[in-house]
Order: sequence, then C-alpha cells, then structure tokens
Amino acid sequence: MTTEAKSSLSYTNPPTPRTAPRAQGAWVKWLLISITILYLGLILFVPALNVFVEAFSGGAGPFFDNLKSPAFLNSMKLTVIIAAIAVPINTVFGLCAAWAIARNHFPGRTLLLSIIDLPFAISPVVAGLMFVLLFGRNGWFGPVLDTAGIKIIFALPGMVIVTAFVTMPFVAREVIPVLEEMGSEQEEAAKTLGATDWQTFWRVTLPNIRWGLLYGVILTNARAMGEFGAVSVVSGNIAGKTQTMPLFVEEAYKQYKTPEAYSAAVILALLAVVTLVLKEIVERKSRITDVQE
Amino acid sequence: MTATSPSPISHKADQSFWYRLTHLSLPWKVTWVYLSIMLVLPVAAMLLKAATVGPAKFWEIATDEIALSTYEVTFVTAFIASAINGVFGTLIAWVLVRYDFPGKRIVDAAVDLPFALPTAVAGLTLATVYSDNGWIGSLFVPLGIKISFTRLGVGMAMLFISLPFVVRTLQPVLQDLEKETEEAAWCLGASPLQTFLLVILPPLIPPVLTGVALGFARAVGEYGSVVIIAGNVPFQDLIAPVLVFQRLEQYDYAGATVVGTVLLLISLVLLVVINVLQTWGRRYDDRG
Repeated sequence: MTTEAKSSLSYTNPPTPRTAPRAQGAWVKWLLISITILYLGLILFVPALNVFVEAFSGGAGPFFDNLKSPAFLNSMKLTVIIAAIAVPINTVFGLCAAWAIARNHFPGRTLLLSIIDLPFAISPVVAGLMFVLLFGRNGWFGPVLDTAGIKIIFALPGMVIVTAFVTMPFVAREVIPVLEEMGSEQEEAAKTLGATDWQTFWRVTLPNIRWGLLYGVILTNARAMGEFGAVSVVSGNIAGKTQTMPLFVEEAYKQYKTPEAYSAAVILALLAVVTLVLKEIVERKSRITDVQE
Repeated sequence: MTATSPSPISHKADQSFWYRLTHLSLPWKVTWVYLSIMLVLPVAAMLLKAATVGPAKFWEIATDEIALSTYEVTFVTAFIASAINGVFGTLIAWVLVRYDFPGKRIVDAAVDLPFALPTAVAGLTLATVYSDNGWIGSLFVPLGIKISFTRLGVGMAMLFISLPFVVRTLQPVLQDLEKETEEAAWCLGASPLQTFLLVILPPLIPPVLTGVALGFARAVGEYGSVVIIAGNVPFQDLIAPVLVFQRLEQYDYAGATVVGTVLLLISLVLLVVINVLQTWGRRYDDRG
C-alpha cells in the first residue's frame, strides 16, 4: 500500500489504513474535501440555512404569528391526518410484501420487486393523474361514486390514496434485506416448538427486523408529510380544507406571502432534520446489533 | 372453475393453480390485493384512457410543439444534472469513504437531505437563494446570468433532488473495495493514475451508472421543486410533468393523459435500464 510504504520510509507510526492521506500528498486530500464542501455548500447547505434565516428575518414574533394562522393550522392538521392513515397502511403492506419476497423463491420474484419499486419511478404528477382518471368525475368510478355521494378526488380520501401510492415501496425495501440476512432458521425453530404464525412473527421475526422496519417507517412518514406533486393534483388546493403543509408553502409563495411560506417551510425543514437524526440513530443501533451477533 | 377443463392434464394443472390461489397465506393475499388496487388498477386506467384517444390522435398530442419542447427541457436538463452529479457524487463518495475530516459525520448525514426535505421547501429556498437578489444568485448577476425562473433554475432543482443517488449507490462499493488490489498494482509498478484508471475505476462504473440512472429517473419525474423555481414558460423552462398538471387544470384530460403516458412509459424503460445496470454491478460481487 502506498501510504504504508511512505510512512515506513519516514519511520513514523503507521497510520490507520482507511483514513491516511495517499502518497500524492495531503494536498490532494484537502483539495477533494474542499470541492466536496463547496459543491454541497452551493446545493445543500446554503439553501438549507436560508430557510431558517428567511423565516426568522422578521424576528421570532412574526414567525410564531404566522404559525397561528387558521390556514396554516388546518394544513398542519391535514398533513398529520394523511400521514397517520397512509403510514400504517403502507407499514402493513410493506411487511407482507417483504415477507412474501424474502421468504419465498418463485419465478418472477425480481419482476415483483421491480413492480413494488414502480411508484418511485413514476412522476408524482402522473401518479395523481392516474387516480383522477380512476376516481374523478369523468373517471372509471366517477359516476358510481357520484350517485353514492362519495367524494374522493378534491377530498381527503384521494389525498390519502395518492400519498399511500408514492410512499408504497419504502418499508418493503428496507425490510427485505434484513429478512434475507436474518434467514428463516429461527422462525422454523419457533414453528417446530409449536408457535403459531402470529407468535412467530411477534416474538421472533419482529424483534429481528425492528431497526430496518423503523427506518422504513421513518422514510415513509417523511415522504408522506412532504409529498407535493401527487397530492397537489388530487387536492384541488382549497385553503383551509384540502391544503396540506407543502401546498400551503407553494400557495403562500405564489401569493407573495413569502414570510408565511418560510414559517411553514421551517416546520417542514425541522421534520427533515428529525428524520435525518432518527435515521442516523437507527443506523447506529443496527450496526451495534450487527457487532453483537 | 375446474369442471370446464377439457383434458385431465389441464384439469390437474388448473386445480393446483386454483389451489395455490385460494390457499395463499395472509401476507401474499395482502400483497396481491394491495398491489392490484393501488398499482395495477390506476396504471390500467391511464393506459386504457390513452388507448381511447386513438393512435393517430395520440401521436398528434404526444408530438405537438409544446409537448416536444417540454420533453427537450425535461430530458436534456435532467441528463445534464444527473451527469454532473455522477462526477461530483463519485468525488463526494470517495471523500466520505477514504478521508477523515472534522464534520464528516454531518456532511455524510446531510447528503440524504434531498430525500428528507419536502420538495416544496427545496423549491422555495433554491428559488430565493438563486434569485437575482439571493445569496448566490446575486453573484451571477454581474455575469449576466439569471438562475431562478429560467432553465438554469430547473437544472439547480434537478441537481438538488438527484444528488444523493450516486453517493449512496457508490459508498458501499467503495467501502468493500480491497486496498490490497491497489497495493498489488503499486507493487507491480503502476503509477497512481494507472492504479486509479485500471484498478479502482472499473468496479465503480456500474454503481456510478446506476446512481446516475436513478438520479435521472427522479429528475425527469420531479415536479414540486421545479414548478416553484421555474418560470414555467412554454419553450423555455416548462417541463413535461408541469405540462401534465397545467392540462389537467384546464380539464384537458386527453392531453394530460397522453403526455402522462409518455412519461410513464419512459419511467418503465428507465426501471428496466436500472435493473440491468444493477445486475451488471453484481458481477463483481463474487470477487470477494
């Protein structure tokens, strides 16, 4: 290895392998680090910092006043309701799909995996459009729903459905690798000892996959609360009624109420920060269990 | 169901098929029912709606002037953005895996920000920072370059949302890369450049291309951040997903469906490409 060769020549202690500067000299290392920081600064850090600076540019008073407006409070309530319905549904589906894929070998397994990934590949606007064509006034089920007096598009059910659609793959994706790594021996042992399917799941499978599952749920929740395109298509964006927090941000910005937009944006940015911190914690926890095993 | 089968052989096959279908375990049932309602049904609704438009009319709408210009803006900009992230993503992954520096953990965690930050917030803050009197945008005004509300702004939003893909697909591969191979190359007299080009680079190409393809797919479909930072002017910075949205707002269901179907088909093609790239990347797995 180049680094060790160099250090043995200069009779210093051998550095730890991964972190040592390469033979070309430390300046390459610092040049590359500087480029990284500069690039991420332009694209990530400066815009992220700007959210907080803009929100508090008028001081904390106006910031909290903006958060007390009925339109904002309504949008926050709606966002929480949508996530509270869509996230559990997708958690159950994700667990089922992950089990079906990880514990069975069948022809078309890779195809099923790709199909589950499909919502990530489809543009959110197209996703919204598909459900408008299904449940909208001129859609397949439009006349039936109309006579039954059920409103899906431009109402809460449609917003929940599209949110569930765009966040569908997260849980399955995170749980499948954990299930595969765990293997089925422990579950088989539990069954041999007379455990029911339910008991096996609760006592054997779930404790093993908990960090992967939690990670999937965190990602699902972040996307569910932040989804904009798909929800925007099916919501009709009626202030105080079908406006979620991301829609509130856009609407306020379009109407030149920039301070209001940034106040709401801070709440969503905090959601992102919490998501990243939780993700970091979960990753560290799962690494510790790896070591223990 | 099996009574209608003409021959005993197919009778038996049918029976096992039906047996399997009706005796599926609960997770299988949930998976199939959910996928049918949430995925198959809506995709079918859109494809059938597109089919009712008729081939001639479909082609006419799919290739009208505005639609063509939105494809050009969407795909060319997304391609440039994901290619730039291919280069910088590789560099960032390299720095994060090979070097230690203060604040590295924070930088590593921040790479995921575009996944976690709602796109509306990303669009809002990018539009402000890159506007003529924004922190970064104002630096470009003397050069006569406008970023927000132009195609460059669309590119900035796409750079932002496609950033994590290359870094995250490359990082695990770089971590598994054994330093012994570099050592061997060095012992055999390879220069650092040769070592990089001939030893380090080849196994990195599949994950980089996978990351670029994932980023491209995401950038092509992106709506939230682009609609806010762009001026959404046809022939200048109007992207295809925004066109779909605008047509829906005008109750032009046929127009929206046709462009939406084009986007859907391209997403499917990209999904296949990504799968092929991932399989290609796995051929290095056996090397241990």
